[in-house]
Amino acid sequence: MHVVTFTRSTPDTAAKVEVGADGAVSWGNAATVVNPWDEYALEEALLQAEQHSGQTTVIAIGPDMHQEALKHSLAMGMQQAIRIWDDTLANADSLAYAVTAAAAVQRLGDVDLIIFGKESIDVGTDQHNYQTARKLGWPMLSSVSRILAVDYEARTIQVERLLEQGKQIVTSRLPVVLSVMKGINEPRYPSFIGIRRASKAAIPLWSLADLGVTLPEARTRVDAFRNPPAQQTQVEMLQGTPEEQAAQLVDRLLEAKVL
Amino acid sequence: MSAVYVWIETDHGQPNPTAWEALGAGRTLANELGVPLTALVFGESAGMVAAAAAQYGAEQVIVSDDATLHDFRLEPYAALLTRLVQENQPRVVLAVGTSRARELLAASAADVDAGLQTEVSTLALQADGTIRVTRPAYAGKIISEAALLPGTTQFIALRGRAFPANPIDDNAQALVTTVAPALSEDQIVTKIESFQEEIGTVSLTDAAVIVSGGRGMANNPKEAPAGVPDAAVWKAQEGFEHTLKPLAEALGAAIGASRAAVDAGYIPYAHQVGQTGKSVSPDLYIACGISGAIQHQAGMRTSKVIVAINKDAEAPIFKLARFGIVGDLYQVVPALTAALKARLHS
Repeated sequence: MHVVTFTRSTPDTAAKVEVGADGAVSWGNAATVVNPWDEYALEEALLQAEQHSGQTTVIAIGPDMHQEALKHSLAMGMQQAIRIWDDTLANADSLAYAVTAAAAVQRLGDVDLIIFGKESIDVGTDQHNYQTARKLGWPMLSSVSRILAVDYEARTIQVERLLEQGKQIVTSRLPVVLSVMKGINEPRYPSFIGIRRASKAAIPLWSLADLGVTLPEARTRVDAFRNPPAQQTQVEMLQGTPEEQAAQLVDRLLEAKVL
Repeated sequence: MSAVYVWIETDHGQPNPTAWEALGAGRTLANELGVPLTALVFGESAGMVAAAAAQYGAEQVIVSDDATLHDFRLEPYAALLTRLVQENQPRVVLAVGTSRARELLAASAADVDAGLQTEVSTLALQADGTIRVTRPAYAGKIISEAALLPGTTQFIALRGRAFPANPIDDNAQALVTTVAPALSEDQIVTKIESFQEEIGTVSLTDAAVIVSGGRGMANNPKEAPAGVPDAAVWKAQEGFEHTLKPLAEALGAAIGASRAAVDAGYIPYAHQVGQTGKSVSPDLYIACGISGAIQHQAGMRTSKVIVAINKDAEAPIFKLARFGIVGDLYQVVPALTAALKARLHS
């Protein structure tokens, strides 16, 4: 069996992200990390491969900075990393991403399972997950909180999904695309040997020509980034005993018409 | 014929309470484009929901009440939406961007090679047909100004609670058209085996009021019983159940939590608000024992009124709050619950 995950480098979650005077997004000296949601996808891919003696591949679609996320993935134990980049991807939207991701999976050829993290925290979207599934014509199971059973012979999978309304158990067919939730596992830390192996690993770079892909015409555009409006609210500190504080708060909330 | 399509999300025949907001946003767009506002209702009791959609401003409703659509599954829902888009070429497809809506719109947009913007909090139609939107990026730390280009159907998933619903018109009627599903059950590979509902909880993303607990929940003065593996976890869990939950019930609120509380095992992950949890914007957010790390702020800073209760006067959450109480949440929250009960029910 062969399981594929996708990842990217994103600013450390504790970083203060700001838009500078030049309109560029920056996060100071903060490091980039593996997109936090992807750690669960990487761990789940490794667990599947360990249980079923399978093969693992991690792919990043993006410029140089995403090499770091691939190295981290290799250090965690992923067997193969591939980066895909091409200047024409510079303004790629989720549709271009999905077309590229689907072509990469088709080139690998024997993939049973794609596992995505819930979303990418930098761009703040999850649509590339579902769109990759559609471009492949594979079923999509999102918000997976547990993989209950995978039968690589019978080509079936059973998972638990954590939905807004409750927990759902579903079955589907392989090959399939999953997106997994935080809490599905405890992502491992890279081992010393893993870090050494990753630092020496050659990561192939695929172009769109390698994939034989022509991107669909972009239907979206990002015009600018800006900082959120400064909080104009001045905090009012309520004084007194807990009972007095509570009574004042109820008055204020009724005045503010939020009750 | 061109139209603005609005998908009305339902669950076992009940419309999602925020779904009507999309008809509110859709009304403006449909007027500007000079096209009908058409609601799409798939699944159980679609006819009843269609009547409600008319009262919330839909002029036309397309319904499909087929057994294959009774539970939301991406394959049959996306196949039907894609077929409707291909046949009728609507200008816009709108929905309130719950998990299901984001998934459905993304799938259909991919099927027809169209553009999609999600988490949209403002939108403006330009003369050339471009729709300009604002949406959060970097987990809400910054705002992105983006556009959907004209030429194909434009798919938009709205941020919940960002657009008002239209006022209800009790006498409004809509032209209802019934369509057949696009897939039959034997063409759908995903099967639902069981479903265990979360009973008695208010969904975080729909909630008008959220009461959240953080690391401070562990300062419960109650003694943990002898033999519990971790006294702090027991105290915090007891506090969520017997201190925060009564306040939430008095307010009809959902219960949230900081990542610190979730990671410490005080409360399940489904309650986490913040960068690796849910992004919310209720009218009222009451943060109890939450210091307000930047990751937490990213998920709740757009709340209309934020109340912070924390014993550390220097906690960053007070910089975000409209009202602050420096004190022990285990004294303040029960007092607040009592005061609310006395005032709201008198």
